[in-house]
Amino acid sequence: MNDILKIATRSFDFYYGDFHALHNVSLGFYSNQVTALIGPSGCGKSTFLRCLNRMNDLIPRSSFKGEIFLDGQDIYAPNVDVVSLRCRIGMVFQKPNPFPKSVFENVAYGLRVKGVRDRTYIRETVEKSIQQAALWDEVKDRLHDSALSLSGGQQQRLCIARALAVEPEVLLMDEPCSALDPIATQKIEELIHHLKDNYTIIIVTHNMQQAARVSDATAFFYLGKLIETNETKVIFTRPMLKQTEDYITGRFG
Amino acid sequence: MNRRRLTQVIVFWLLRIATAINGVALIIVLYFLIANGWRAINWTFLTQPPLDSMTKGGILPCIAGTIFLGLGAILIAFPIGVASAIYLHEYAKPGRILRLIRLGINNLAGVPSVVFGLFGLAVFVVYLKMGVSILAGALTLAAMTLPVIIGAAEESLRAVPDTYREASYGLGATRWQTIYRVVLPAALPGILTGAILGLSRAAGETAPIMFTAAVFYTPSLPSSVFDEIMALPYHIYVLATAGTEIADTRHLQYGTALVLIVLVLGLNLIAIVLRARLRKRL
Repeated sequence: MNDILKIATRSFDFYYGDFHALHNVSLGFYSNQVTALIGPSGCGKSTFLRCLNRMNDLIPRSSFKGEIFLDGQDIYAPNVDVVSLRCRIGMVFQKPNPFPKSVFENVAYGLRVKGVRDRTYIRETVEKSIQQAALWDEVKDRLHDSALSLSGGQQQRLCIARALAVEPEVLLMDEPCSALDPIATQKIEELIHHLKDNYTIIIVTHNMQQAARVSDATAFFYLGKLIETNETKVIFTRPMLKQTEDYITGRFG
Repeated sequence: MNRRRLTQVIVFWLLRIATAINGVALIIVLYFLIANGWRAINWTFLTQPPLDSMTKGGILPCIAGTIFLGLGAILIAFPIGVASAIYLHEYAKPGRILRLIRLGINNLAGVPSVVFGLFGLAVFVVYLKMGVSILAGALTLAAMTLPVIIGAAEESLRAVPDTYREASYGLGATRWQTIYRVVLPAALPGILTGAILGLSRAAGETAPIMFTAAVFYTPSLPSSVFDEIMALPYHIYVLATAGTEIADTRHLQYGTALVLIVLVLGLNLIAIVLRARLRKRL
């Protein structure tokens, strides 16, 4: 198993105003691996995910303590440009959220805001990204239709394509299948499987089977604390803590 | 019939009646204007200036004046209003100052139009020495329309789902890129509708322009923004109350009112079509 540490957090705490949402989280994510973050609702796993690309910067009255490193560099250091950070760490959200633009323009968006003008490059990148997201055959004849006319599963793969087009190194996925039916879910899971050859993937999920199916490593959160983390097959067969076992087997949560 | 069903039937009928009163009122007004005014409307009426102490001839200078004032007001108020709304909704930090500004804007929307007229007279006409002119009138109307546009624009910005903003930030867009490329296009139909509705209200106002832009009578069309002009609402007011031949000009009064109503309804129609078009493009 690959063991290049891509992202690492050290004693990371996060607060929404006075609410202490994350306690002292130290966790590493390895290159070309899928890491699943699991835990009951409100345990802080989504908050943690959104700290990794500084999406939480946008929340008023929030604050943090500790460090997060991407390739050894602190992403909260004052000289870090959050815009280029978010180009390196892409994100897919819980609900498919394509822009009310055409399929093509959705995927081209990240390039356009970066200032890319080369039309051939844009076209090729858009096509490549949609192919990577396993959506090409379904949309190749409707690239200029509204993205909102696609089905939910197609929209979510379009959002993945959109994130891939800026060529990130890390992909954050916040319950990407929670709004999708089983068939669409299966497609996204297969996609995650292929994508890890080129990306480091961190996925938040409420679905234990999904975590077991798609991830190499799993981290279990509870009440804002990281309880246990290990290789997925260990977590799901021989967890060290009773709490983890209870959650995974559905006895609480 | 049991009690719950009876309540429901009564409530629904009350709602129907309330709606019907709206529709009927509009129909009565329109019928009244058309019945009394349509005979006044002909080619001469629409293309000639008034003649013989405004008892004959047309209302071309009034139509032109209202169009100039409306366009001028919207050209001034639209950019300022939209910019303010963007600042208030997208940039400003929530807090006491923001609440205070909002309160101010809401109160501005409630200021009677005659007060705006006096404000325009004091500030634009006298203090800034613009004189009674299209510019002064358009600025006064713009000040009056501004809160309407800000309100509509803020409402439209609020209606843009936060998920669009998040997606954009997540792709490495700056705040301004997010606003310009995602938020504004999504909010545009609502913003334009609000702006046109504001314009159509401004076009029908009399009080704000009677001290700042409109005159009793001028046969020629304006040649610059510093010229004074005639305007439809003021013309109606003059014909109906201040003329020497009030009874003789009755059909002209109705005709002028009809033209104004058609102009305003036309603007509202444009707003509806525009919104439908933009919605479809999304």
